[in-house]
Amino acid sequence: MNSQSSPTSCCGCAHQNQDIDQDRRQAIKWVSMGWTTLPFMGTAVQAADAAPLLLVDADAEKDFKPLRAADLAIGKPLLVFPFDTKTGAPKNESRANKLVVIRLPEDQMEAATKGRSAGGVLAYSALCTHQACDVKTWLAKEKVLVCFCHASKFDLLDGAKVVDGPASRALPSFTLKLEGEFLAIATSSPANQGS
Amino acid sequence: MSHLIKKLSITVIGACAIMAHADMKLGPYEPVTDARLTNPEAKNWLMYRGNYQGWGYSPLEKINTGNVKKLELAWSFSTGVTEGHQSPPIVNNGYMYVTTPNGQVIALNAITGEELWRYKKEIPADLLMLHNTNRGVALYGDKVYVGTVDAHLIALDAKTGKVVWDTTVGDVKALHYITLAPLAAKGKILVGSSGGETGVRGYIAAFDANTGKEAWRTYTTAAPGEPGGDTWPGDTHKNGGGSVWITGTYDPATNIAYWGTGNPAPWPTEGRPGDNLYTTSTIAVDLDTGKIKGHHQYHQNDAWDWDEVSAPVLIDTEINGRKVKGAVHAGRNGFLWMLERQASGKIDYVNGVPYVYNDVFKSIDKKTGRPTYDMTKKPGMGKAVTFCPSLWGGKDWPPEAWSPKTKLFYIPANNHLCSELPAAEATAYKKGDLYIGYPIDGVLGSLRYEGGKKPSSIGELQAWNLETGKMAWSYKYDRAIWAPLLTTGGNLLFAGGTNDREFRAFDATNGKVLWKYNMPSGVTAVPSSYEINGEQYIAVQAGWGIDAERMQSGINALNNTKLVVPQGGTVMVFKLTK
Repeated sequence: MNSQSSPTSCCGCAHQNQDIDQDRRQAIKWVSMGWTTLPFMGTAVQAADAAPLLLVDADAEKDFKPLRAADLAIGKPLLVFPFDTKTGAPKNESRANKLVVIRLPEDQMEAATKGRSAGGVLAYSALCTHQACDVKTWLAKEKVLVCFCHASKFDLLDGAKVVDGPASRALPSFTLKLEGEFLAIATSSPANQGS
Repeated sequence: MSHLIKKLSITVIGACAIMAHADMKLGPYEPVTDARLTNPEAKNWLMYRGNYQGWGYSPLEKINTGNVKKLELAWSFSTGVTEGHQSPPIVNNGYMYVTTPNGQVIALNAITGEELWRYKKEIPADLLMLHNTNRGVALYGDKVYVGTVDAHLIALDAKTGKVVWDTTVGDVKALHYITLAPLAAKGKILVGSSGGETGVRGYIAAFDANTGKEAWRTYTTAAPGEPGGDTWPGDTHKNGGGSVWITGTYDPATNIAYWGTGNPAPWPTEGRPGDNLYTTSTIAVDLDTGKIKGHHQYHQNDAWDWDEVSAPVLIDTEINGRKVKGAVHAGRNGFLWMLERQASGKIDYVNGVPYVYNDVFKSIDKKTGRPTYDMTKKPGMGKAVTFCPSLWGGKDWPPEAWSPKTKLFYIPANNHLCSELPAAEATAYKKGDLYIGYPIDGVLGSLRYEGGKKPSSIGELQAWNLETGKMAWSYKYDRAIWAPLLTTGGNLLFAGGTNDREFRAFDATNGKVLWKYNMPSGVTAVPSSYEINGEQYIAVQAGWGIDAERMQSGINALNNTKLVVPQGGTVMVFKLTK
């Protein structure tokens, strides 16, 4: 149903894959040294086109700290931007880049959804598919994420499908992975948008 | 049949067809002048509420209490847009203009429903739209003006829809946006900024009708050193709300426009002690200069999200035998306010009476109209508080109406609804984000019934005699209403606004339902009326959404129901069966 793409899975680009893997190893090396080194990271990994996209708090204005799964309390969503490890800055030029991440019990996740999680953390577009408001409120009792503007509700445990309200489409879902201890986006396009 | 008769018959039928076709064609576009706006022809609907005074009254009387049962659909037109359609069909000699969410303007032949042109504003893809609606165009000269949800004011050629000018009014990144129909007068086009929940500093701004150049801008929150500036601590006025959601009314005799202003921001009051002028007020603004010449604050230091967004309706009447140039407003705070406008711009309080249940106001000062509060009913930090009326008030934005024929003032009210807000949370202004101060789930789930019991009625269409200050009649609904009103010389009152999608005509004298029509979607748009070729039409858009939908969600939670009103905009136009 859902197709997943990865820049490393395309055919006829084995050589490129090697480069990417090398670049990624370089990036992992840097990120594994801890976030405090990141301001210097842009220079170190600037050749790495496929450097991992880490995540940082959307409210942060400086001293960006890439997010670890352990930074998230269960059931407490956080708005984040992808973090460009080449420039050392969040990719926040548009609200459309904003994601909501949330740590939830893995045993409650539907299988495909669980497959997109890393460290029990799920990532979705934070822009409601109805009128682009931020969706960032988790209703623990109903186990849904709710949009303030018009009360659309999304089942994050099952691909963010709409369970109530005026929205008619699920929130785009992103596959996460761990780069060392940090959360990173594994795919460059949403994973639940059909093929 | 003889050959001659046959030939004659064909000729007559052909002539009729040509005549009918001619009747369907529109003539040249007649420019809209100040004189026409000041004394609008009965056959047209040239502005948001039909006249500068904001009456929502058409003098047309061909459709009346005696024949309204014969009202049938003349034509309909699907806008192709979902969400809350709220604009009136505005009509100038057969040219009809409606707007939709996302800033579309559609020009139609008002006789046939044929689309003449359509303008689509390109809205930024990532724009957060809390209230994705539009309440209509303004007509002036040979242009059509629309304010957009991304804070532009755009002038279009009335005949072709081509953009004549496009002016950026506000900072879209700071979530300034425009939902109102502009006000056109004396060569200026006036708009205001929505955004009481996004921390705007509200304003009214005037632009040259020909060029789009800004003439003046007046903020609705007073800065230090300005009159009222001492009602805000520090620089809290800078993100203090007071947004302007609804078209102002205008008195050409004094050159003063009257505007309603929204709630202060954020909702909790702890960070902004003081009256917070000029939020939750009406302000009298000089049309030429933008100077605030008078004001009346309906309630000070608002804590309940009781925006007083509707401009007062300008009605000259008698009160207790005294002639009064009135400014009348059914407040979101649940009181019907009668004010007196002076030629200088000063606004005097006359009286205020509750039209729905309010458990917050303890008293009203007889001279000034200033209320005192039961402080246990004032929400804020560290306490959950229940208060009545609800966040949406006794009446939200849907406009009232006044009939000079019945001399009654009509209010689309919701009664017996309250809100429970949880303890407020600390909040800081952040550009481009919501600035409310309460947990979101607490706001979404705040609706309560008065006394905790489901009432037998919620919506109330009320008719008030302003001369006596007494209610003349009320029609009670078993559900909420979001019903902008139209009243006519045919002694009729038209109202939609219910989740059953009915659009109803009432006898304006006694509130009896005389006609109703089941619409494709719920009606929360402003109705209008016009006449072409001797036939009167009633026009309104169906198209549920925005706050009517939010309130329905709250009622669903209270009743444990899942009622969903279908969305989708349709222009619906009615006339009498022949």
